[in-house]
Amino acid sequence: MTVLDHRHHTAVPGWLPGATAPRADPAPLLPDVSPVRVLGTPALEKHDPALLRELYRRLVVGRRYNQQATTLTKQGRLAVYPASTGQEACQVAAALALGEQDWLFPSYRDTLAVVSRGVDPLEALTLLRGNAHTGYDPRAARTAPLCTPLATQAPHAVGLAHAARLSGEPVVALAMLGDGGTSEGDFHEALNFAAVLQAPVVFLVQNNGYAISVPLTAQSAAPSLAHKAVGYGMPGRLVDGNDAPAVHSVLAEAVERARTGGGPTLVEALTYRIEAHTNADDATRYRTEGEVTAWREHDPILLMDRALRELGILDDALVQEAADEAEALAARMRAEFHADAELDPMALFAHVFAEPTPQLREQAAQLSAELAAEAEVQH
Amino acid sequence: MAQALNSALRDAMREDPTVHVLGEDVGALGGVFRITDGLTAEFGPDRCLDTPLAEAGILGTAIGMAMYGLRPVVEMQFDAFAYPALEQLFSHVAKMRNRTAGKLPLPITVRIPYGGGIGGVEHHSDASEAYYTSTPGLHVVTPATVADAYGLLRASIASDDPVVFLEPKRLYWGKAEFDPAAPVEPIGRAVLRRTGTSAVLITYGPSLPVCLEAAEAAKAEGWDLAVLDLRTLVPFDDETVCRVVRSVGRAVVVHEASGFGGTGAEIAARVTERCFHHLAAPVVRVTGFDIPYPPPMLEHHHLPGVDRILDAVARLQWED
Ligand SMILES: Cc1ncc(C[n+]2csc(CCOP(=O)(O)OP(=O)(O)O)c2C)c(N)n1
Repeated sequence: MTVLDHRHHTAVPGWLPGATAPRADPAPLLPDVSPVRVLGTPALEKHDPALLRELYRRLVVGRRYNQQATTLTKQGRLAVYPASTGQEACQVAAALALGEQDWLFPSYRDTLAVVSRGVDPLEALTLLRGNAHTGYDPRAARTAPLCTPLATQAPHAVGLAHAARLSGEPVVALAMLGDGGTSEGDFHEALNFAAVLQAPVVFLVQNNGYAISVPLTAQSAAPSLAHKAVGYGMPGRLVDGNDAPAVHSVLAEAVERARTGGGPTLVEALTYRIEAHTNADDATRYRTEGEVTAWREHDPILLMDRALRELGILDDALVQEAADEAEALAARMRAEFHADAELDPMALFAHVFAEPTPQLREQAAQLSAELAAEAEVQH
Repeated sequence: MAQALNSALRDAMREDPTVHVLGEDVGALGGVFRITDGLTAEFGPDRCLDTPLAEAGILGTAIGMAMYGLRPVVEMQFDAFAYPALEQLFSHVAKMRNRTAGKLPLPITVRIPYGGGIGGVEHHSDASEAYYTSTPGLHVVTPATVADAYGLLRASIASDDPVVFLEPKRLYWGKAEFDPAAPVEPIGRAVLRRTGTSAVLITYGPSLPVCLEAAEAAKAEGWDLAVLDLRTLVPFDDETVCRVVRSVGRAVVVHEASGFGGTGAEIAARVTERCFHHLAAPVVRVTGFDIPYPPPMLEHHHLPGVDRILDAVARLQWED
């Protein structure tokens, strides 16, 4: 008998066994007492060296991607970029924990996860560049559009996972969101639906300490964000978000659990946002440089580099290879963003409905006439 | 304008201890547009509260605060991020006075930066006024000048009814001298910003500067355009609008929100009903297209500009 059963039996008069019995013993649902770590622990040796090297390579390339995108905002080539610098371990591990048939539901900060999943780096940036809302084909990439309204993609992930299960396909959905997003109603509704439906879905909360300016203490009074899982009836896991193999193994376990009918999991990854919220934000208003410096010591690439060298599976050749790949990607981004985006204003009317309404046809004709008149003036 | 809004909040909080500000990032950061800059420093975190990230929670909490006698001023970070709070706004804020036969009026001001033209990505540029204007029980106010930003926000906070206060974000950085002590026309009154005899451009918020520019450009065509700034969409100033339309005889309604089912449709209908015999031409609307707000690189094709306004004026058939 669990603690909760016991309480019900004694303290609730008129309690009908069965009707209100807890569905699961809460004890196994409780999150890890301290964040799961792999780097610098004996557990590292149990990990596939090929996977570790792959994680390292992707971290390095991802860091460069973050840097180049941030530079592009300074040059006015990207409208805005919410960098995941410092959070790369969560991003690449998320992508690697999924199989090809699975779906990713990213937030606006998760471009790097999208890219790690195989989406073209430039197509992944159209939203932030400002030329199109979603540059990739979500169905082909099995990746939903980058989601800006907070936590609203979480119920979508639940619905997709539920539908996939109904059709008998072993598809898992992974929804990514930030610590602040866990306060939104949609997050709670998604968790509840997922648990009730036992949907094959995994929620990854990247707790990077802040929601724009608001620190976690002003966001939630819970012992951890992973604790939020328990009340809904799913396990909560807590992991060091800067430890790539740790994030990967916790996510892979959760994905496997979901795939084999075990239901949803909430994973909280503890990490830190090294850059400001976006290039438009002034982080000095709400945090100290000392705090940032301390987290730089816990950098995901640094941790990986140190541990893998110790284990003897990271050599200069791989370091060079990763660095070269990173530079090549950065060069490609620079080159392609240097040119102005080619835009077709008539595309505004292309996808409002399957069939444009008569009103939209009229408005399209109006714009077309305006563009023709403009072109004439320019000649 | 941002500075004027900040002063309005500060002065209201100094004068009335029941005025409380709450929202996302309104504390140390001063809001993403800095409208609440320095308020937590001056009044403490109880009076200017950084909330958890939950718009329905913010507005729902404000309802309870107002029930207990406070005057909450809520900040929604961007137009499209107010949508999670629409249930609270539509089902409770707008209806509480009515549901309680006047016993529980809700003096809440909901400030929402709205509209496009600042290069924002998806969900940061919606012109959402029609949702609010079509919800009975809400006042809907939208300043276009620095003086109005101050005066109308003070009046909104002082109002015993809920006010949706729409701040045109592309005008935040507009500058003008203003005297906080100078009298400002109250909520519910439109103001003629420019007199003219050929036609009147009826507009509000972000489109006011565009209309003034169009009126200037129209001189080259020999047209003398009046520009009427509505300032408040609910209550609607039928009196001023009709007086001006009747004297000029031709009217164009301009706003950046989509036209179909938009606020301009309501305005055109009212004007037609009341001024039919004084009109020399149908009331024409110039609005954004009926499309989801476009990506920033294409937004200038969507937003009504001077040329589109002048084309509409031309369609008013000048020969009587
Ligand atoms: C519904 C909604 N409200 C407000 C915003 C504005 N906003 C964008 S990002 C952000 C902070 C989110 O913080 P968090 O969830 O911790 O994610 P992080 O940015 O740290 O990755 C806010 C308030 C939004 N996008 N959606």
